[in-house]
Amino acid sequence: MNYIAIKMLMGDKGKYIGIVMGLTFASLIMTQQPAIFTGFIARSYSFITDLGLPDVWVMDTKVQFIDDVKPLQDTELYRVRGISGVEWAMPLYKGVLKARMSDGTFQTCNVIGLDDTTLIGAPPILLEGKLEDLRRNDGVIVDIDGATEKLAKPALVAGGKKIPLKIGDNLELNDRRAIVVGIAKVTRTFQSQPVIYTTYSRAKNYAPSERKQLSFVLVKAKPGQDLHELTQRIHAQTGLAAYTRQEFMDLTFWYLMKNTGIPINFGVSVLLGFIVGAAIAGQTFYNFTLDNLRQFGVLKAMGASNGVLLRMILLQALVAGSIGYGMGVGLTALFGFAMRHSILAFKFPWQLLLFSGTGVSLICMFAALISIIKVMRLEPAIVFKS
Amino acid sequence: MNIAVRCENLTKTYDTGEQKVIALNAVNLTIELGELMMLVGPSGCGKTTLISVIAGILDQDEGLCELFGENLLTMKSKDKLRFRAQKIGFVFQAFNLLPSLNAAENVSIPLIINGVKRDVAKRKAIEVLEQVGLGDRWKSFPSQLSGGQQQRVAIARALVHSPSLIVCDEPTSALDHASGHNVMNLLKEIAVHKDRALVIVSHDSRIFSFADRIAEMDDGHILTVS
Repeated sequence: MNYIAIKMLMGDKGKYIGIVMGLTFASLIMTQQPAIFTGFIARSYSFITDLGLPDVWVMDTKVQFIDDVKPLQDTELYRVRGISGVEWAMPLYKGVLKARMSDGTFQTCNVIGLDDTTLIGAPPILLEGKLEDLRRNDGVIVDIDGATEKLAKPALVAGGKKIPLKIGDNLELNDRRAIVVGIAKVTRTFQSQPVIYTTYSRAKNYAPSERKQLSFVLVKAKPGQDLHELTQRIHAQTGLAAYTRQEFMDLTFWYLMKNTGIPINFGVSVLLGFIVGAAIAGQTFYNFTLDNLRQFGVLKAMGASNGVLLRMILLQALVAGSIGYGMGVGLTALFGFAMRHSILAFKFPWQLLLFSGTGVSLICMFAALISIIKVMRLEPAIVFKS
Repeated sequence: MNIAVRCENLTKTYDTGEQKVIALNAVNLTIELGELMMLVGPSGCGKTTLISVIAGILDQDEGLCELFGENLLTMKSKDKLRFRAQKIGFVFQAFNLLPSLNAAENVSIPLIINGVKRDVAKRKAIEVLEQVGLGDRWKSFPSQLSGGQQQRVAIARALVHSPSLIVCDEPTSALDHASGHNVMNLLKEIAVHKDRALVIVSHDSRIFSFADRIAEMDDGHILTVS
């Protein structure tokens, strides 16, 4: 009977395509929108993930997420260094400054100041130049996206392509000269601003004068040191907040979830996708069953039990659902692949497959259920009506 | 035992809310094996209700209906389904072939319902299609067949599992005279069998001559059996 069920499903090409398209659409929306959302959220803490070396981030207790910098006094660095279990502790400056370009326009940039000696916190991938060149006078490293897009020099001819920033080019940061000594690859940040790396002392010179300028203290724990204990010890002895990398990422994530409209906006898209997909697929599947009601009646009259008919409908829903789900997920993957070099945030972890799979399964179960109820209640005597 | 169907005081009423319609009113009828019984009468006289009860797809309100000595009303639902699947073949007015299945697949449905494997069922279906003159059209879909050919496929489907009773509801009403005549000839030739009974509902007087006996119905009663 399974064969008959499949042939019934695929026999009416128009309806079959309608059902599959409805499910594909639902699956696409339920996968693609969360993938963009996940990519978006991942960007919010990309700066933390890019810095692989430190185990613990120390900051003011009022800091709510990575971009919410509440500067500390430089002396806090030495207090942290004195705590047992700390292998090393390095300063990090993180601020937003305006860069003035050669044509006189301004661009807001994330400026990262690294420890002058160790350069800990450097960009993960250096595409051009050498990290040590940061120690050269006015040296800065610019991220490739910033260098080719927002910090790029104007085209030589009107309407032409912008000229990417390259090693040796100059910028002005807060009226001070900066010379590009390297191009780095960094994960795009939440604000999608260019990222400029320099030394901690130079970053403080670029930044407007303030009493406190230390953004974070990056800490490496001694081998075998329990990180949770270390964060508690740092907090107890300095009064500062100390988080492991994962805790700091979670703090950033939950701040965005609770304090921005992002989850609601994406949630509404996903919900609408689910509702529209359920409506299209459910309605088409139900119509398909209604159109085939007489055929189910014939099978019932010939001795097919309700159980057999139920299995046939479930199989039809399963086949349509699997194909629709596969197509939706496939289209999402293609979309992500096509956008891999664009500014679009997109992250497709395996958990999303479960999420959209559950959504499509619910739609199919709903569609199958209303059809099953109709078929179960069907009187086989319908077959004698002309 | 020669009696295929025995109905005694069969009563069936449809409750439409505001009024009750008596479809069968104390119907008594006996159909013997090897017999082609025709139920005739005007529309709404209860013919279709009677074959629905006889075929076990509708329960009577009162009275007795035995098929081959078995009372379907007292049978468990599961046993009734199995009984229907094994013992009864159906031919419908509107053919009721599944449009997405080809002729052989349509004919093999009763066998598949009875648990026969698909390839075995298909082979048997092609054999029966040959008997009804459509051996070369077994791959054709219903939409590729004429009305007469579709009804022959339906007859093959009703015969393929060798049932003991075949119920036909207006088998010729959707066909022209010649096709209807061919269908009745076919039923008479290959469906009538000493171990099988045929009940045909019809108001097409042109085919009455094919019947062994005719039960004339009106207002839920059987007026005459001749």
